[in-house]
Amino acid sequence: MRAGRRFRAASARLNRRMSVMREIKDQFSLLWRVSRGGRALYLMGFVFMLLSVCCSFLLPQAIRFAVDNVVGGLPASGVPLIPRLLAVFGFRGGEDALRRNLYLVGMLVAGIAAVGGVFNFGHHICLALSSEGMIKRLRDALYSHIQRLPYKWHIEIQTGDIIQRCTSDVEVVRGFISTQLTEIVRAVGLIVFAYSFLFPINRPMAAASFAFLPVIFIYSSAFLRSAAERFLAADEAEGRLLTIAQENFTGVRVVRAFGRERYEADRFDLQNRHYASLWMRLGEILSTYWGVGDLLTGLQMVALCSVGVWQASAGGVTVGEFMVFISYNSMIIWPVRGLGRVLSEASKTSVSLERIKEIMDAPEETDADEPDSDDEAELPVTGDIEFSHVTFSYGSQPVLRDISFTIRGGTTFGILGATGAGKTTLAYLICRLYDIAPGNGEIKIGGADIKRFNRRRLRRHIGIVLQEPFLYSRTIRENVASLKSGVPIQMIREAAAISQVDGAINAFAAGYETIVGERGVTLSGGQKQRVAIARAILQEPEIMIFDDSLSAVDTETDARIRAAIRKRMSQTKKATTIIIAHRVTSVSRADVIMVMDEGRILEMGTPEELLSRGGVYRRIYDMQQSIADEGSTDNDPA
Amino acid sequence: MTRHDEDFYNRPFGFGVWAGMLPFFRPYQGLSARLAAMLVFGSVVDALIPIYQKFIIDSFIVPRAAEGLARSIALGAAMIISAMIVTVIFARTAIKLEMGFSRDLKKACFVHLQTLSLSYYNTTPVGYMISRVMSDTDRIGTMLSWGLVDILWGAGYILFSVAAMLMLDFRLGAWLILMVVPMSLITSWFQTRILRHNRAVRRTNSRITGAFNEGILGARTSKTLVIEDINISEFGDLTREMYRGSTRAAALGAVYTPLMLMFGAFAVSIILVQGSVKVMGGAMAFGTLSAMVTYAISIFEPIQRMAMIFGEITATQANIERVLSLLAEKPEIVDAPEVTAIYGDSFDPKRENWESLRGDIRFDDVTFRYPDGDENVLEGFNLSVPAGSCVAIVGETGAGKSTLVNLVCRFYEPSSGRVLIDGKDARERSQLWLHSNIGYVLQSPHLFSGSVKENIRYGRLDATEDEILEAARLVSADTVIAKLPDGVESDVGEGGDRLSTGEKQLISFARAVLADPRIFVLDEATSSIDTETERKIQHAISKVLEGRTSFLIAHRLSTIKMADMILVVKDGKIIEQGTHAELLRGNGHYKELYSMQFESELIDGKD
Repeated sequence: MRAGRRFRAASARLNRRMSVMREIKDQFSLLWRVSRGGRALYLMGFVFMLLSVCCSFLLPQAIRFAVDNVVGGLPASGVPLIPRLLAVFGFRGGEDALRRNLYLVGMLVAGIAAVGGVFNFGHHICLALSSEGMIKRLRDALYSHIQRLPYKWHIEIQTGDIIQRCTSDVEVVRGFISTQLTEIVRAVGLIVFAYSFLFPINRPMAAASFAFLPVIFIYSSAFLRSAAERFLAADEAEGRLLTIAQENFTGVRVVRAFGRERYEADRFDLQNRHYASLWMRLGEILSTYWGVGDLLTGLQMVALCSVGVWQASAGGVTVGEFMVFISYNSMIIWPVRGLGRVLSEASKTSVSLERIKEIMDAPEETDADEPDSDDEAELPVTGDIEFSHVTFSYGSQPVLRDISFTIRGGTTFGILGATGAGKTTLAYLICRLYDIAPGNGEIKIGGADIKRFNRRRLRRHIGIVLQEPFLYSRTIRENVASLKSGVPIQMIREAAAISQVDGAINAFAAGYETIVGERGVTLSGGQKQRVAIARAILQEPEIMIFDDSLSAVDTETDARIRAAIRKRMSQTKKATTIIIAHRVTSVSRADVIMVMDEGRILEMGTPEELLSRGGVYRRIYDMQQSIADEGSTDNDPA
Repeated sequence: MTRHDEDFYNRPFGFGVWAGMLPFFRPYQGLSARLAAMLVFGSVVDALIPIYQKFIIDSFIVPRAAEGLARSIALGAAMIISAMIVTVIFARTAIKLEMGFSRDLKKACFVHLQTLSLSYYNTTPVGYMISRVMSDTDRIGTMLSWGLVDILWGAGYILFSVAAMLMLDFRLGAWLILMVVPMSLITSWFQTRILRHNRAVRRTNSRITGAFNEGILGARTSKTLVIEDINISEFGDLTREMYRGSTRAAALGAVYTPLMLMFGAFAVSIILVQGSVKVMGGAMAFGTLSAMVTYAISIFEPIQRMAMIFGEITATQANIERVLSLLAEKPEIVDAPEVTAIYGDSFDPKRENWESLRGDIRFDDVTFRYPDGDENVLEGFNLSVPAGSCVAIVGETGAGKSTLVNLVCRFYEPSSGRVLIDGKDARERSQLWLHSNIGYVLQSPHLFSGSVKENIRYGRLDATEDEILEAARLVSADTVIAKLPDGVESDVGEGGDRLSTGEKQLISFARAVLADPRIFVLDEATSSIDTETERKIQHAISKVLEGRTSFLIAHRLSTIKMADMILVVKDGKIIEQGTHAELLRGNGHYKELYSMQFESELIDGKD
């Protein structure tokens, strides 16, 4: 009974361990993938590292040989490494001959160091090349994956969090593969090498030195674990201090308007003191930690010396051997003292990998059945756009409720409605930024269900201008050209002239080469919209969608832009144009107007039909007229 | 801000720059002296260790004797323990100096920023100020304290080791010292280059961060333009640049480290050969040889550190220059000394001398241009706003509607002419006096991290909880608050980002109401509040504004109609002025604006 329980507990433990192992394997499979092409180099880095460790161990051996066998005249004992090495280079004279040619020992020392130096160089260069390569591939993989994730993902995530994963977490992984892993292997290698030399020379001395290692290691790991919380607290305090400063600077108007300078300064000061005091307290702990570390290291040295003296008096150790002990001991001690820190940092890697993997695991936008190229048969994009019984929701609340209508190919279609009526959703569905759930209706272009089209092929034929357009932090020229190179400046100017932004651009000192956005000039909302319109015009798409895209432009300019676009289309090709708007004037010249409310169609028809029908459209139109009249008739001052 | 991105690594050391830090250094003289003493002592103890080993070898190992071992163990232990005590004290002192110094600098920068004018804030990115206050000060503190540690400890260790070597064996010691010169030169050659590469790598890194940011924020646009491939290939160029930069820096390091190791080995082999000859001739003890070898190995590390630290010290000058230039920035709007004498300043007000404010505001022949502008936005402007009246300012986004408000609040001062408040030039009273009488509600409302209650209390710091709740009730913020998980105690998040814009506007409105100001400024204050709520608080607004002078930068018709006077702004200038009826008759810009507004409100209102 009891045995059974123990067995179950053990197997549960085993299962847990297995699943942890599986998880870790999962996480590192990502690393494995990006390491393709750099694995051999990476491995070579480790080999070079171990070789250079070997060389660094030979150096004290050479010293010992010089002191004991050459100078001291003792016969070579233990593993006669150095004489053998000398023999390799053709020297077979023995100690007496060496005594006359001491420079040979000196050259040997320098030679070992030179070879070690080459290995050391190989170690660092191989690791740098391979790990930087892996990190480049990891960054590229992340970026291109994010580019190909569906729009829905971009809306749902927290940008700051994702950026942190793509930068800080990648940096953690980089630290792990480029330094921490080698540090760990190196420390272990050092210990194994050193003690496999030292134990045969003198057991008691080796034991005295070795006994301190676990103590030092456990002490430093335990300390780091217990201090982790304080480090975290200090980081958080710094974050709060940063927030106070940031909110003060961004809210400077509020601070000044309420005359709260003193209050803010006091608040900042309080947190500033708190932050500094946390660190000073940490400093006290850290200094004790360092002090005790020094104490342990020093005690180890004293213990080693004492045991050495005892052994020497008993004839168990020579001067040269004693010196080897001292130098090996000092070679090991720092890597061991640092091992605790390296291990605790390396342990963060798995968390970071997991956070990166969460991004990589999100499924990309895929179109299996259609090839992603324009060589295939033309899409019927000039045809009618037909919505039939479309219902759509982002969450639980439907945004579109069983909507059916048709936009004739080549005509202009106006959509009018209040905020939240579902106008923008229509545009997103046509671009396939979202897809309709199965059974909730369908959208056809030229008679074919758009779900059958490749998304990217479809989007190439659609130009959409958003209410709050996004411009890349590049030059205006590159933005109008959609970042494509080789677009003649003449075409860019033409497009900008149509969207009435040519003049504003020329007013900048750098003209079309003006950089916009964070690193450059800030454009007004209206200017951004007009640049985005120029961008869409230059695309020459078969379907054009203006999603409330002239909201920040005054009515006069709005009218001029629409007229210029109409003129352009009459000269080139006639695109199916969808204008989503807030203002009646923006859609008044459309072929058909649809008025929407809360995901439903209120009315639809030509402007004339709607006027004669006397519905919502008519009411809005009348209001507008009455305002116009109010101005012209009411000219009698009361 | 690219203009602050220059390469600072090739600058010579400048005493003038460091002298600028002297006033901040004064309180830390004692602490620094203690640190210096500890470091010198500690470095001597460290440099004594090879001597101790020599002593062990010569008195015990070589003669194979153990007498007197206990005493030498005690001596060793005493050295170790004193080294430990020194470490504990010096590390504590160093961190205290580091944190104390950067804390003082932070405070000075922050307080100084509180006195700078809004025009400074308008032309300086927040990120720039943040990095002055937070990271530059940190770096200066770190450098001052740990730089001192490295230099003093290194210098002490090197000096003592050199002295010890020369005393142990003059010729061998001289040999070693000769090697120090080329090593330091090589180190500084490599170090400047590695630092420069690292800086370039950091710059590329921040561009990568920017690219990720743009990749996510611009996802919708990239998808609809179908330029994912262009983005990906350009990102590839960026990471390739990163790869090149960081491998180049690593390659420099990969050459430098073995070079130094080889120098060390070279020194060791010289000492070994020369020393061995001497030992065989009986001119040198074994222990001396051992000590010399140990010195030869261990002296190079502090030399490398010293060479590195000098590179970093000159780099830190850039941080100091930036902090000093921030502290040297002069506020454009300053209260005259005679005003401060009566009214006090922002940090030490003399409220007992403050008179109350009625709210008569008059623009008297005001001409104004923004400090960074190239055109007068007001020219010979006259306007009289009697106490208790309501002025609405209308115009399109970006038309310059805030200018008048900026002048009334004295965020800016007229280039010529006067703004009179209760008949007296605004400059004859202190800024704080004026601001204490103004309630300001912004279109993009700014809340501070903390609870709803703390945010409302910002309007009047000594308000009771009842008064806070009353203010919230008055602007219908109470229904919003009731919906929050912890009521008024709910945390609003950083910058208030747990609340919607509309909710934030209501709370910032309550904050202004609580301040009970004589002058009210509403900057499109209700634009993000839904129509229904707005209708509810419209009544409250008119009640709150009653008897106070108010400026409404207006968005909605209903608000405009309340005004006693409407100013129409276009392209930064006031082009029309009058009542609603007058302006409509004028058939000008107002009418166009009005019809547009009316139209979209009608669609939105659905009635």
